[in-house]
Order: sequence, then structure tokens, then C-alpha cells
Amino acid sequence: MSVTRAEKPKKTGKSPVDYAKAPINADLTPKQKLGFLADMLRIRRFEQASLKLYQQGKMGGFLHLYIGQESVAVGTLALMGENDHAITAYRDHGHALVVGMSMNECMAELLGKATGCSKGKGGSMHFFAPDKNFWGGHGIVAGQTPLGLGIAFALKYKGLKGCCLTYLGDGAVNQGVFHESLNIAALWDIPVVYIIENNQYSMGTSLARSSAIKSCLAERATGYDMDWDIVNGENLYEVRAKTWDAMQRAHEKCRPAILEIDTYRYYGHSVADANAKKYRKPEEIEFYKQNHDPINLWENRLKEEGIADEAVIKKLDDAAKKEAAAAVQFAEDSPFPELESIFDDIYYEVDMGTESGQTGRHFFND
Amino acid sequence: MPVITYRQALNDALAEELERDESVFLMGEEVAEYNGAYKITEGLWKRFGDKRVIDTPISEAGFIGLGVGAAMMGLRPVMELMFWSFAYVAYDQIINNAGCVRYMSGGLINCPLVIRGPANGGTNVGATHSHTPENFLANTPGLKVVCPATPADAKGLMKAAIRDNDPVCVMENTLLYGDQGEVPEGDYVIPIGVADVKREGTDVSLIAHGRAVLTCLAAAHRLHEEFNISAEVVDLRSIRPLDEETVLDSVRKTHRAVLVDENKPFCGVSAQIATMIQEKAFDDLDAPVQRVCSLDAPAIYSPPLEIQQLPTADRIIQKVLAVCS
Repeated sequence: MSVTRAEKPKKTGKSPVDYAKAPINADLTPKQKLGFLADMLRIRRFEQASLKLYQQGKMGGFLHLYIGQESVAVGTLALMGENDHAITAYRDHGHALVVGMSMNECMAELLGKATGCSKGKGGSMHFFAPDKNFWGGHGIVAGQTPLGLGIAFALKYKGLKGCCLTYLGDGAVNQGVFHESLNIAALWDIPVVYIIENNQYSMGTSLARSSAIKSCLAERATGYDMDWDIVNGENLYEVRAKTWDAMQRAHEKCRPAILEIDTYRYYGHSVADANAKKYRKPEEIEFYKQNHDPINLWENRLKEEGIADEAVIKKLDDAAKKEAAAAVQFAEDSPFPELESIFDDIYYEVDMGTESGQTGRHFFND
Repeated sequence: MPVITYRQALNDALAEELERDESVFLMGEEVAEYNGAYKITEGLWKRFGDKRVIDTPISEAGFIGLGVGAAMMGLRPVMELMFWSFAYVAYDQIINNAGCVRYMSGGLINCPLVIRGPANGGTNVGATHSHTPENFLANTPGLKVVCPATPADAKGLMKAAIRDNDPVCVMENTLLYGDQGEVPEGDYVIPIGVADVKREGTDVSLIAHGRAVLTCLAAAHRLHEEFNISAEVVDLRSIRPLDEETVLDSVRKTHRAVLVDENKPFCGVSAQIATMIQEKAFDDLDAPVQRVCSLDAPAIYSPPLEIQQLPTADRIIQKVLAVCS
């Protein structure tokens, strides 16, 4: 399954293998394929709308945009079955929308509103939907990597055939806790699939300046006797095929894996990234937009397959824009949380009014 | 009532909860085949097997994080830190993930996790192994912290911690593991957030947690014998949530308070208690609140000096005499 470093595919836009014929892709219906396009467009239009709000000063803190990486979330998360789970880092808007969180609750969260998915308590980096098997949304680089391990551990403990897709960025591979997690995952046969979304920059530091092994991050898996693979992230069929292989191994054999999915972000590390256009040339960003945009490439593919034409694409895009605009309106119209709510959602026992929650003092204000 | 050790009381609590609830499992370094570095989990692997009692690699950040993830999924992990000092390499997982995930998810997630192990100085193992982080952890809204001083409290608080639906840090003490005491039989659970008056008195309140409670009891005995001073000893048992009323009731009765704390003085638990007393019982005080903490330096190795660094009965008595004269 794993490839050697020498076999790493070049980023050409076209894979040497036709992954459209892979079993997981062969039976896709036109409706499903259009659904992937719709989801990618929804992410992009949601984020473009959120960027406007940020620039208008209506949002606090950070806004880490996923634009350019849409095919990764859509390609991988659409494969989740009933007992598959997902967890990611702070660049989480795309994942949230793909698992089925609404634009309204996400946009409201960005504005810190009571109607937000975390009631205005989490913000951009902390979207959660456990009812949709989505466990966040985590702000500390690589901090989520052992959580994904624990979620997968719980699946195995309960005897459920599932896995946890655990996302991280290329910068996170250098954190110690990620390596501790890899060792435990392989040692105990935990069904976790680590997905490195390699967008080439950990904030302003390029991969060449941050990783001792420069050509491949997933290869670190060999140090833990773990399967790994490299994925061309702009090819939705390839993302699906290779992710499904890893998920199958997790389901059937409880074996973990690392997938390194090559991708690219068009914006800075966050919108507050003052040097977003200094550590890479504007021409580089433009080159990716012109030649490697996952939405453009998927649109072209659907045209080639005779599934979509400009009119169909425009209809989906208009719907995404409309949904995003409505979400902005919903968020702006929503109230901020009441000050009293600041003490809710800290302790389960207090929130539920249990005996334990009413014993002793939990909060130390005047 | 049977007399058993603090160690056995913890072991009984763990065994009973493993027996009671399939979702409870124990995990940590040397907890299974080795029977526990301090033998707290002795016999449990043999009895409950590989699934329920699990040895980990030396990866505190990794396995504590695993426990948080498993707890989010509804399991009840009981994670052993061989020393609470080792929590410092897992701090992100404890504070940011266990402590904050409920809040940041707007209450969608809860984390019924127990992290337990010894947190004490006094064993001549140097500064890195002698930390008492109850103040740091209690500083995080979202975490709970308990510090049992006796075998009975160890059993009752451990069982309550495992049943609690929030993350609970149970801080034990290697110097107490061999202590013996009466422990009620059966399903003995002590609610978290209830202090205990370990000795009644009328002249001064000694307020402490963990092993410092025993130091206070020794001091109270001598104060009575040598100085005819009646000291009340209040054991906080739980740092967060905190039983303020029991503390304030005692201070309102004795009108004097000496706070005893194996924490370092700066922002230690006793600093919070002192603030609370001055805010809520200032008019009841006949003397300034006094504190006896660990001497404010990293834990020293040299055995005779480390004894002096921790609160001693002599230092407590000096402070009491200063406010009772």
C-alpha cells in the first residue's frame, strides 16, 4: 500500500492512475458528483462571506480560511459511515460544513452570537457537532492528534467497526504529541487515520524550513510501522480512493495510517497574517489558482463527463452564494449571548443541576 | 469498620468501579503487568484483563489525550500519572482539551475523565518529581480537584470522581499510601465539594488539604497538650468545587485562621482561602489570617532540609501562638 519516497507523484494536476475507476468512485451517481461540487462551492462562498465580515470588523480573533483546500474535506469526509468520526485543527470551517453543520450556526459562531454552534463560546477555531460525529475544531497545533486516537480507541473498545479521521496541518507533524499518538496507534492497532493536509506552509515557515525530511511528511509513519500514502489533493477521485483504502484497513484490521494530502491555501495562515504575501510570491498563489484550483478542476472533470455545464455550475454557485448571504443575515440578526451565560457549559454536573453540581462552590466571583 | 491502608482503599475503589461499570478502564505507565509503580492497581490487571487495565508507553501527553478523546465518546477512563509532576508534559491535554472542550463546544461535549496519582514532596526525589499542582489545576474552570488525606476519603472521593461527568484530578500522596484507617464497607461515596472537620476546636481554625491535614492534627494535639489551645482542623478534601461554608463556619466560631498548605505560597490554594475569609468573614476575625506553606523554593533534595521545607507542626504552632497570644 505505501509508496517509497521515489514514487511520490509529481503535482501535475493529473494522476497517473485513473482513480475514477476505483471501486469507491465507480458507482458514484451524477447527483453525488454534483453534490461534491456543491459542497466545495458552499465552503468557498461561506468563507468569502466570512472574510468580508472580518474585514468589516465584525469578528474577533482569528479567521483561518480553508479556501484552496476544499477538495480535501469534501473528498474525505463524504466517505464517513455511521461509526466513522472526524476531528480537526483550527482551519475547521470546511470540515464543519461537509459533515452537515449549517452555515447559519457556523456564521453566527464567527460573530460570537448566541445562535452559534458553540453559543459564541468557541469562535472560528472551535466548531463541534458530536451528533454528526464531528469532534472539533481545536486551536493548539497537534493538540487534537491524541484526541482522535482516543475517539478511535473508544470505537474499538465498544466493538464498533469505525475509524476516526484525524486531520492536521503540515506544521503539526513536528509536535511531540503527534509522534506519541502515532506510536500508540500502531502499537495497539487503533483505527485512526491521520490526514496531513499539506498546504506547504506552517504559518510563514515553508516545509523546507521546518521538516528534516523535505520531500515527504507521511513517510514518518515508517518509524512507527504504520501504513502511509501520498495523495494529490486536487484530484477528488484520488482523495476518495486513497482515503477509502485507509479507512477500510482501519475498519477491517484496526490498522492506523497516515495520508499526506497535498493541497494549497490561497490566503494567509489566518486573515491576521500580516506577512501572507511575503513568505511566498504572489505569482505562486496565482499559479495555484490558475492551474490547481480544486473547484475548477472538478468542474472541468464534470464537464468532461457530461454531468455539468456552465448553467448547472452557475446554479450551484448561486445557491451557495445565496445560502452564505442568508447565513450572514442570520448571524447579524442574532443576539449576542447574555452575560449570565458565561457560566454555563463549564461543568456538566452544574448545567444539569445534579446533586454533584450543587455541592460546593464551582465559580469564584464576587 | 475494617482498618485498611490508603493504598488498599484506592485499590478497592478502583476495583468496585471497574466491576460496576463496563465503561470504566484504567490506563497508565506500569498499571497492569507491573501492578502499579506504587501498587495502587495491584491485582486489577489479573482480575479484569487487558481490555480494562492497560499499560502505556511513557507518553503522558499521548495517553492523557487519548483518555480525553475516549471520555468525549462516553467512556470513563481513569488515567494514572506515576507522579502528578509528569502532568506538566501533558498540560495542553489536561487544560486545553479536558478543561475547555465542554465550554468551547457550547456544552455539546462532556469529559468524564479521572486523572489520578501522587502529588507531593517529602520523598527526596528533587524538584522535578515533587510538584503539587492542585492550585494550577483548580485555576482552570472546567476541571475539578480533590486531595484525600485519609484512607476513607481516598476511597469515597475516588468513587465519586469516577462517577462524576466532568474531568476530576485526584491528587494522592506517596507518603500516605501506607497509612491505615477505618474505611466503611460497601458502596462508600463522598460527594465532591464537601469539606470535613477532622478535629473540633474553639480557639483557632487550621485549614488544610492532603497530607497537611495530618500535620495540622499533630500540631492541634500538641497545642492542646502543651499550650491548652483548642484548634479545629478543617480538611478541604475538595479544592474545586470548594466547600466554603464549612470553612467560614469554623472561622466564625474560632475567630482565628491559620492556613496550612504544601503548595508554594505564591497563588497557592491557601491564598484563595485567605481571600475568601477576608471577603466573607472579615468582621469575625480577631487576628490576621496566617499561612504556613512549603518554603518558597524548588523542592530541595537534601533529606533533612526537605522535611523543613514542607509545613511542619512546629511552624504551625509558631503561627498559632502568634495569633492566639
